[in-house]
Amino acid sequence: MTAAPTKLVLEPERYEFRSNALHHFSLQRREFFKMMGAGIAIFSVAANAVAGQESGGRRGNRDQEQPKDISSWLHISDGGMVTVFTGKVEVGQDTRTTLSQSVADELRVPLSSVRMVMGDTALTPFDMGTFGSRSTPYMSPQLRRVASAARDLLLEQAAAEWKTAADKLVVNDGKITNPASGATLTYAQLAQRKTLAREIPDADPVTPPDQWTIAGKPAPKVDARAFVTGQHQYTPDLRPANLLHGKVLRPVSFGAALVSADLAAAKAMPGVVVVRDENFVAVAAPTERAAEKAIAAIPAEWKSTPQTSSGELYSYLKKNLEPDGEHPQPHEKGSVVNGFAAATQHLEQAYNVAYIAHAPLEPRAALAEWKDGHLTVWTGTQRPFGVQEELSAALHIPKDRVRVIVPDTGSAYGGKHTGDAALEAARLARAANRPVKIVWTREEEFAWAYFRPAGVIEIKSGIAADGKLTAWEFHNYNSGASGIQTPYDVANQRIQFHPVNSPLRQGSYRGLAATANHFARESHMDELAHAAKIDPLEFRLKNLSDARLRAVFKSAAKTFGWPRKKTQTAQGFGMGGGVEKNGYVATCAEIAVDQNSGDLRVVRIVTAFECGAIVNPDGLRNQIIGANIMGLGGALFESIEFENGRISNPHFAQYRVPRFRDIPEIEAVLIDRKDIPPAGAGETPIVGLAPAIGNAIFDATGIRLRNLPLVPRGLKPLKTSA
Amino acid sequence: MAGPIHTQVNGKSRAFTSEPGTSLLFALREELGLTGTKYGCGEGQCGACTVLLNGVPRRACQLSVNDAAGKSIVTIEGFEHNGQLHPVQQAFLDQGAFQCAYCTSGMIVSSVALLQKNSDPSTTEIVQALQGNICRCGTHPRIVAAVQQAAKAMHRSTPQGSVPKGSGP
Repeated sequence: MTAAPTKLVLEPERYEFRSNALHHFSLQRREFFKMMGAGIAIFSVAANAVAGQESGGRRGNRDQEQPKDISSWLHISDGGMVTVFTGKVEVGQDTRTTLSQSVADELRVPLSSVRMVMGDTALTPFDMGTFGSRSTPYMSPQLRRVASAARDLLLEQAAAEWKTAADKLVVNDGKITNPASGATLTYAQLAQRKTLAREIPDADPVTPPDQWTIAGKPAPKVDARAFVTGQHQYTPDLRPANLLHGKVLRPVSFGAALVSADLAAAKAMPGVVVVRDENFVAVAAPTERAAEKAIAAIPAEWKSTPQTSSGELYSYLKKNLEPDGEHPQPHEKGSVVNGFAAATQHLEQAYNVAYIAHAPLEPRAALAEWKDGHLTVWTGTQRPFGVQEELSAALHIPKDRVRVIVPDTGSAYGGKHTGDAALEAARLARAANRPVKIVWTREEEFAWAYFRPAGVIEIKSGIAADGKLTAWEFHNYNSGASGIQTPYDVANQRIQFHPVNSPLRQGSYRGLAATANHFARESHMDELAHAAKIDPLEFRLKNLSDARLRAVFKSAAKTFGWPRKKTQTAQGFGMGGGVEKNGYVATCAEIAVDQNSGDLRVVRIVTAFECGAIVNPDGLRNQIIGANIMGLGGALFESIEFENGRISNPHFAQYRVPRFRDIPEIEAVLIDRKDIPPAGAGETPIVGLAPAIGNAIFDATGIRLRNLPLVPRGLKPLKTSA
Repeated sequence: MAGPIHTQVNGKSRAFTSEPGTSLLFALREELGLTGTKYGCGEGQCGACTVLLNGVPRRACQLSVNDAAGKSIVTIEGFEHNGQLHPVQQAFLDQGAFQCAYCTSGMIVSSVALLQKNSDPSTTEIVQALQGNICRCGTHPRIVAAVQQAAKAMHRSTPQGSVPKGSGP
């Protein structure tokens, strides 16, 4: 192989994704049937299927032509097995199950007849990635359309065979029946007779939610048994023959440049391969332990430059706006000047939000293998096609020689959009000419992955004597634009996101900036309600005409028992809610403060959520409750601390995540709207929790907390006035 | 050079030849291919690598392979017998007590250890026993429910039953 010196480019991710969706796939029909065997195939040609991107973007490719590409396909084998191909990936959100439900529902087959092939750049159609709560609203209807077209094709075949009209036939449970004659043909029988393929446009109608039979009901996780027996293989569990284990020499601090590294001792170790490529120094060895020893045997000198520390973070963010002129225009409505003039009360407050880590329990990991100049990488990523591009660019090989496969992954939460470990493993595997696996340590995961952006949010508002909002000015520095718009009725608004040169590598997170923006807005709404001496629920409803949002607030309040009387001192109740990515959420929280220790206990949470028609109520409940529990960490104590280019708390012993003792009683109230197409649900249920708890703390103690995390060291350092 | 380290793993005699000092976690995963035991932190903080060592739940990442000499180890792969799941595994399935499921092996091993010691644990005792196991997906309430279900099932399947402790939730 002629390998030009390769520069590893570990591009920091920002809020959006630079992947330009070109024509990635050209699997010929003949190849397709060679791979799948005879049968029936449907290809959906979607022009707009990948439109839209995660909000908050500003360097995105909105202006570029969207790919007119095959967006999904489905195959029915001559054994009656349905195989569906999608570029989406399974990271614990149970998309494998909900997408299978949709296909089974549309095709009228049992759930067990459907197999999903997901996240494999050689087999599945291009997909921008699994993020932004888009699998359910975009991919689910697409797969329904191919399933519906397959059903129609099978019906046509049966009708032709029986010389009758297709609309006289009944389709159910994987077979077609002619009621007039009593004749029956199974899908398997039909697929045995003829190998057929059809392309369909992406606009065909699908079964409306009120006629679903398999979707809309609880379904257990597909392949669940493999997870309780330890048989499922995540990326770190893959062990091909001849495997080497990789380790990377990490810089002493962010931004440090390698001056020198003495590789001699590591190179002398048996079976060890050492790579130095610019700043990248790494080893591959026969065991994990040998790799650890080899990397520890490399003395290196780094040149550091002074870096920002967490102590000065919020003032830094205000002072370091990106100078590149790409600032989003403010959202303006009416005149805030007039709005403030009309107000009888004004309020001006700032809210700060820390960087936090995703801390997925499966760390970043990748296995890379080269064969005849072709690279295959198994890695847990939310963007297999994005990682394919990263590998192609960093290693200077054509994209069609790179295959990325995503085994069902041990969670991501927006943290696995990049292919860091994939690049490292691929570079090492090329040097070693053997498969190389890299599994990041927990410390690497905390220090070298990217973070949820920190931010400063400033709000100025005005209300009239009747408690109606007259003016709303909202500035978000760095944290992002997701959920930045207010759902409340305000005639005069000025809302702006200000990008900043972040001192740390930052990127997506569950709900992105919607958590920060909702924390600021819903805390501020609570402050206004108290200023106006109106009950916080009543105050919100007075300023809110969005019927769906009103419904979740009322629903959460009803289940919670709002307004509640305090039965003990240092007890408090609070609420928060909003709308994001077509999901409507309201959360009520009850907290208690231990008068002696100052410890804060979240006692009870009620979250009402409405995302249109519910596909899998069981999975949805898991997502809502899971989002609230994950949100407890960011609300109460999670915070990345850093000092001059180093993370100070890169271990679970120092970076506290929610554990069993932190879990309150949690109720999820599901609102099923069969009349509204389903939206995603993995993210939005997280956004109401932090303000609900902050507002409950104020209710209990009279202390208004405006920083996330709210109580990293408990309430002890604060004075309680209760 | 030290000889192989003899142990029992999931009921079978096994000899580790990994270099002394290798963590038990890596030895199980790399040498025996028992990858159901997961690496989550390597610091004994997350519980994903929990195994039973002579019946006691231990973090495999905090043990060296030498610590297992002459002892019996049970990993997640050791609970299913003749296609029959352990009641704790069945309860996790029935309750849907996982999302990404990366923590599930460790959760199940810790839960089995608890129920071997305490056949009728209270909610508080379950929380206590699982405090060292991290679940990032937030499936904790269902995990607690699964342990409660398993306790009931195991109680039913014990011929003479167990002595109720009166410490239920």
